[in-house]
Amino acid sequence: MTGVRVLVGTKKGAFILTSDGKRKTWDVAGPHFAGWELYHLKGSPVDSNRIYASQSSGWFGQIIQRSNDGGKTWEMPGTAPGTELKSPEGFPKGESNKFVYDVSSKTGKPLTTHMWYDGSQHPWEFKRVWHLEPSLTDPDICYAGVEDAALFKTKDGGKTWNELAGLRGHGTGPKWQPGAGGLCLHTILLDPKNPKRIYIAISAAGAFRTDDGGKTWTPINQGLRSEYIPDPNAEIGHCVHHIAMHPSRPDVLFMQKHWDVMRSDNAGDHWREISANLPTDFGFAIDVHAHEPETLYVVPIKSDSEHYPPEGKLRVYRSRDGGAEWQPLTKGLPQKDCFVNVLRDAMAVDTLDKCGVYFGTSGGQVYCSPDGGDNWDAIVRDLPPVWSVEVQTLS
Amino acid sequence: MSGTPAPAIVKVMLPFHLRRLAMVEGAVLVAVSGPVTIASVLDALETAHPNLTGTIRDHGTQKRRAFVRFFACQQDLSLQSPDAPLPEAVARGTEPFLVVGAIAGG
Repeated sequence: MTGVRVLVGTKKGAFILTSDGKRKTWDVAGPHFAGWELYHLKGSPVDSNRIYASQSSGWFGQIIQRSNDGGKTWEMPGTAPGTELKSPEGFPKGESNKFVYDVSSKTGKPLTTHMWYDGSQHPWEFKRVWHLEPSLTDPDICYAGVEDAALFKTKDGGKTWNELAGLRGHGTGPKWQPGAGGLCLHTILLDPKNPKRIYIAISAAGAFRTDDGGKTWTPINQGLRSEYIPDPNAEIGHCVHHIAMHPSRPDVLFMQKHWDVMRSDNAGDHWREISANLPTDFGFAIDVHAHEPETLYVVPIKSDSEHYPPEGKLRVYRSRDGGAEWQPLTKGLPQKDCFVNVLRDAMAVDTLDKCGVYFGTSGGQVYCSPDGGDNWDAIVRDLPPVWSVEVQTLS
Repeated sequence: MSGTPAPAIVKVMLPFHLRRLAMVEGAVLVAVSGPVTIASVLDALETAHPNLTGTIRDHGTQKRRAFVRFFACQQDLSLQSPDAPLPEAVARGTEPFLVVGAIAGG
């Protein structure tokens, strides 16, 4: 039987929502890790039972949790190789995972500084994991995008994490500046046709691409224009909010920038604006239909600083022609007095025949459209503020 | 009769988040050999519960995390040297060593 499992990260724990292929009735499990912030959870594309979760707290730091049974039970995998994950008394033994910037002479880069909000330089300090991206081929491999911005990788199911320091050491680090949420690496896209190619995005540095598995990185921000930096066309400094791709065309990228929705048809070498008739080109989330590579979804948000839908109407906008024209989708969504936000990792699609589209809000609602956006309904309405939504299609 | 002194049994009170993480309820009793200090108590705690490593002290620097405080015997010990002796009542196990999450909203 086919079905879906929706992984929801919130300000106060994780929730797992499951349904059959009809996506009409839902089971809600959680909160897992009650009271902790769950910035992101994501399942392995090759083993749906393997899920990674980023659990963090401003008080107590960063934890990585791992499930091998689809989120029913969890473990902290950070033990030494070959040792048990639980003591004889049943206490968890796995350490909270160490994310230590690699400054070694062999594989690392010196720990330099980045730009602070006031333009001064500030030391690089690890704060938390924003995004987890499991490998497309191996459930024990996963990438982690962290704040302050860097990319880490585990090859042993989350026991140990090592930095791919070439990104942080790219040389432009002193020009990277934190967005309102911090200097975070929030987007990781793995190219399904080229295992050496990875795209990442950092707020506020911009987008980068590696073609050698993470050793060296190229800024891919040509065509972006940002009025909030001294040179609006600079190579570095753009506040990229999110990037999406369709797996059948990994060279075609769609970006929601701080302002502007953008498109690249050449792996990020050049971008052009596709904001077209959107009511506002600000927003965080962007995604692509599972079966129609030219069908896109965004949730326009009013800015500066308001960060809620224009006119209090929660509208997903869909483009069926790659961004030339956008259509508001409203059926089942509140069309008055709605002042929630939808964050960058809080939208996802399933791969069922009728593509399901999902998003979560700062008001604790998780919405599902089982028909590509035509009709919407709330799966849940009263969760803590939603940080992230991912979907696993189960067969 | 001479020999190695028996370890002190120190009662540690953890905040909610860390009790959940360590899967414990109530106080945690840890055996501390040698001087009873913040550092030696936390070393013993992390040995007994490795998954607390990094949650009270930073992984790399071993410094107290910014929003964590240490109380005992109605005193705030957060700023004292991690190697300074803790109050005798803590070493005797009659008073707990409290790890507290700073009150900071949320």
